[in-house]
Amino acid sequence: MNTSLISLELAVVGLGLAFLLLDLWTPAELKRQLGHAAAVCTALLFVFSFFVDASYVREAFASAYVMDPLAIYFKRFFLLAGTIVLVLQVQYADRIKSGISEYYSLTLFALAGMMFTASAMNFAVMFASLELVTITLYVLTSFQRNRLESLEAGVKYLIMGGLASALMVFGIAFVYGSAGSFVFIDIYEKSSTLIGNSVFLIGLLLVLVGLAFKIAAFPYQIWAPDVYQGSPAPTTALLAVGSKAAGIVLLLRIIYGVAPGVMHQWAPVLIAISAISILYGNLCAIAQTSLKRLFGYSSIAHAGYLLLGLAALNATGASAVLYYLTGYLFTVLAGFAVLVVALQQLDSDDLSGLAGLNERSPLLATAMTMSMVSLAGIPPLAGFFGKFLLFKAALEEGAMQPAFYWLVAVAIVGVVISIWYYFNVIRAIYWPRQKADLTPITVPLPIKATLALCMAGMLFLGIFPSIPLELTSRAAAVLPWLH
Amino acid sequence: MSPLTYIIGWPLLMAVILAFIPRNYRVLMRLGTLLATFLSLLVAVKMFVQFGGAEVGLGGYRFVQQVPWVESLGISYYVGVDGINVGLILMGALVAFAAACVSWEIKTHEKEYYLLLLVMTGGILGAFSSLDLFFFYFFHELALVPTFIMIGIWGRGADRNFATFQITMYLTVGALIALAGLVLLYLEAGLNTFDLVRLTEHLQNNPLKAGAQNFIFPFLLFGFGILVSLWPFHSWAPVGYGSAPTATAMLHAGVLKKFGLYGLIKIALPLLPNAAQGWVHVIAALAVGNILYCGWVAMRQRDLNLLIGNSSVAHMGFTFLGLASLTLIGITGAVTVMIAHGLLAALTFGLSGYIYNETGTLDTRKLGGLLRPMPFIGTAMVMAMMAGCGLPGFANFAGELLVLFGAWNSLSGFVVAAAWGALVVGAVYMLRAVRNVVHGPLPELERTPRDANAWRKLPFVLLLAALLWFGIFPSVLVNKIKPDAARIVKMVTGSEEPATAQAMAALKRGDAKN
Repeated sequence: MNTSLISLELAVVGLGLAFLLLDLWTPAELKRQLGHAAAVCTALLFVFSFFVDASYVREAFASAYVMDPLAIYFKRFFLLAGTIVLVLQVQYADRIKSGISEYYSLTLFALAGMMFTASAMNFAVMFASLELVTITLYVLTSFQRNRLESLEAGVKYLIMGGLASALMVFGIAFVYGSAGSFVFIDIYEKSSTLIGNSVFLIGLLLVLVGLAFKIAAFPYQIWAPDVYQGSPAPTTALLAVGSKAAGIVLLLRIIYGVAPGVMHQWAPVLIAISAISILYGNLCAIAQTSLKRLFGYSSIAHAGYLLLGLAALNATGASAVLYYLTGYLFTVLAGFAVLVVALQQLDSDDLSGLAGLNERSPLLATAMTMSMVSLAGIPPLAGFFGKFLLFKAALEEGAMQPAFYWLVAVAIVGVVISIWYYFNVIRAIYWPRQKADLTPITVPLPIKATLALCMAGMLFLGIFPSIPLELTSRAAAVLPWLH
Repeated sequence: MSPLTYIIGWPLLMAVILAFIPRNYRVLMRLGTLLATFLSLLVAVKMFVQFGGAEVGLGGYRFVQQVPWVESLGISYYVGVDGINVGLILMGALVAFAAACVSWEIKTHEKEYYLLLLVMTGGILGAFSSLDLFFFYFFHELALVPTFIMIGIWGRGADRNFATFQITMYLTVGALIALAGLVLLYLEAGLNTFDLVRLTEHLQNNPLKAGAQNFIFPFLLFGFGILVSLWPFHSWAPVGYGSAPTATAMLHAGVLKKFGLYGLIKIALPLLPNAAQGWVHVIAALAVGNILYCGWVAMRQRDLNLLIGNSSVAHMGFTFLGLASLTLIGITGAVTVMIAHGLLAALTFGLSGYIYNETGTLDTRKLGGLLRPMPFIGTAMVMAMMAGCGLPGFANFAGELLVLFGAWNSLSGFVVAAAWGALVVGAVYMLRAVRNVVHGPLPELERTPRDANAWRKLPFVLLLAALLWFGIFPSVLVNKIKPDAARIVKMVTGSEEPATAQAMAALKRGDAKN
């Protein structure tokens, strides 16, 4: 028993409670600034996480919770994402009618849930931490109570999320019933005897379907565009990055660490899910004019790319998934930061609102362009190297399983389609001949810092992959299947 | 440090500097771009001159520099030149400088424009210098994306949006197919390195199985082929160039497009020799498709840029034919055509861009008599068109002739068709364009077109001088290309076959005549 292992999570939960209390003594005009204080705290925790020793595997609570390189990698990921999202929320505060402190606190609780998922080694902990994320997100998605779209997004997320949770619990019950244990590593040791057990297989399948909801992959992708569009932009950013990463870390743990033998047999299913997600997301994104909706569909496609690395079931694939996800963090958050600032005066998030952005604020225009170029997977930015690693991982398996060649072919088609709509966004910034509103936008300092960080991250991951690649492969190396 | 690092580095460094210059310092941006491309050009000329005396390193490369980048994947920044890319890099640097010179036509968003132009230049020069497959691809993409953005923002004509869409789609597909081929090659070789020199050596001694070769080769052939506008995947090129701003068309049609050919010669042929031999006839047939079909389409064009675009696609057929010959003369000729055509394409697109700026149209039916108000531009146009029909004295003649000679033994039927396409079809549209644009009566135009002043003449003079220099003294190029082309032929065919020996003799006689 080692309670000190969960100090980071406890700190975040404590922060959330502290800000709820602080709200009581903070004058109304200063409440908005609480978000900056929260962001500073999470940033400090991010720095602190580098002093937490996670070079070897330590367990707590009867192997239900683990602190290993993979867990700490994701905790840092979530802390970084949480910090940036909090900064965005401060910028967005004028559009939240009431309860801004609760908005910050709930984000911190969701963050704590995500950090728990990174360490979950047991189906019960996994479910509890996921629910902590999902339930706070129900509230966060519908936080603009005066906007019908936001409420609609909340309800849709609630219904779909509830269904996904129900399926997952159902699946966990089946798994427990057949394997007799909640603990991943116990099931891993028994998995060779369970491979033909249909109750176990059904259970595992239902768990995977539940996780597909979190990462917005086929067959559970349908909520993403509506919820992304309706939610307040910082919540969408948290959904796009945090929630997806929470799903991915659990998928990594389950696919590689619970029953890899079964997954090996299911490779065609994973391939199909990946291919369909890529095609569905990219094809539907073409026609979108709402930026957030476009991000919603593109997030489905990116879930497909990530699954491509998971399906490969090799060390390159696991490390590529981490690399890609990290690049995705900088890329997507840069995009949302621009969205929050540039469309502040507008009620909609229509693409046309970006017209003339490069005259209004060259920094925002550059950041958005870089974000789109990186999402499209073009050098020298992070998205390119991530996709390169993912494709390489899949092609490595092609010799054994030719379906991977087809998967890469589909992914290439997806990339080509995606270039079209990502460039549409760039076009919306630079092309228009008739000038729209050209009043300069003043970018506040915290946003400037965020954008600088994201752009530096995109460039660094794209041009100097050596160091981050070593970190990701070290993190991925703890997955039992890879030994 | 290798001079190549400077050649690639100056434009990229200047791009970073420009990013921090406020946007109203327009003159500064233009001067910075000119300076960076000029420095690259100077280093490239110096390297070309010193090439013969330089120390020859591993794999026959000179001026080599290698810096490990991602060791776990075997990626390193690795640059070097041999006879094949030294000329291409010189040509690329010259075209880049010329492109920077003609950019005076850009009046909006100058900062972004010059930044993209410099990134494109650095990417192009990097792609031709790289001996690491990863960086080879990386630099190419770095150059490709600015192309799309430049056409989209500073392009002209009603078809601009469609052209941007089409060129983006085609070239992205091509590049990704080629990438898949490169990664497959890396995995099949099993060396865990992207180092071209080591891969070449390894695969020479332990060739891949025929099945693997035949599986990978089409990826490279069609991936790279799309990038070079191999018929029938060429339709992006004329429309794209027609809509592109002048400098972009010059750089892309002139230099960047040659990347695909360079990849085929440097990677596909030596690394997959058996498959290459099996595909020779397909390549030759498609090459003739380029020459004849696109030549025929060019005859029908009324727009000068579309005509030049189609003719540029047609010329690519010669390089493919030379490549398919798998003989020393043929491949030497193909590389010579690549260099000559790069200069020519840059020259013609530069001239047509100038004419467009002066007259506001490129419709050959509305133009005419331009030799009178603009004698320099008109003369340069006539010379460029003559070079395009393969008039002796221009570098294109030397290259095309070598290709036809080289391909004669194995592909004689294709050679006849190609020669016909070049001499007859090419002459028809080139000469007709000359007649329509520079001769005849001067039509009513909004204002009288002015001839170029000394400064604006500079890029055209440089390009023409290079074309003539390499045309009159082809041995300057051919002697550099020959040993390395011989190495590639040996790697593909396994031995210096009799045909090659004959070819050597013919080449020597050709040299003696020069």
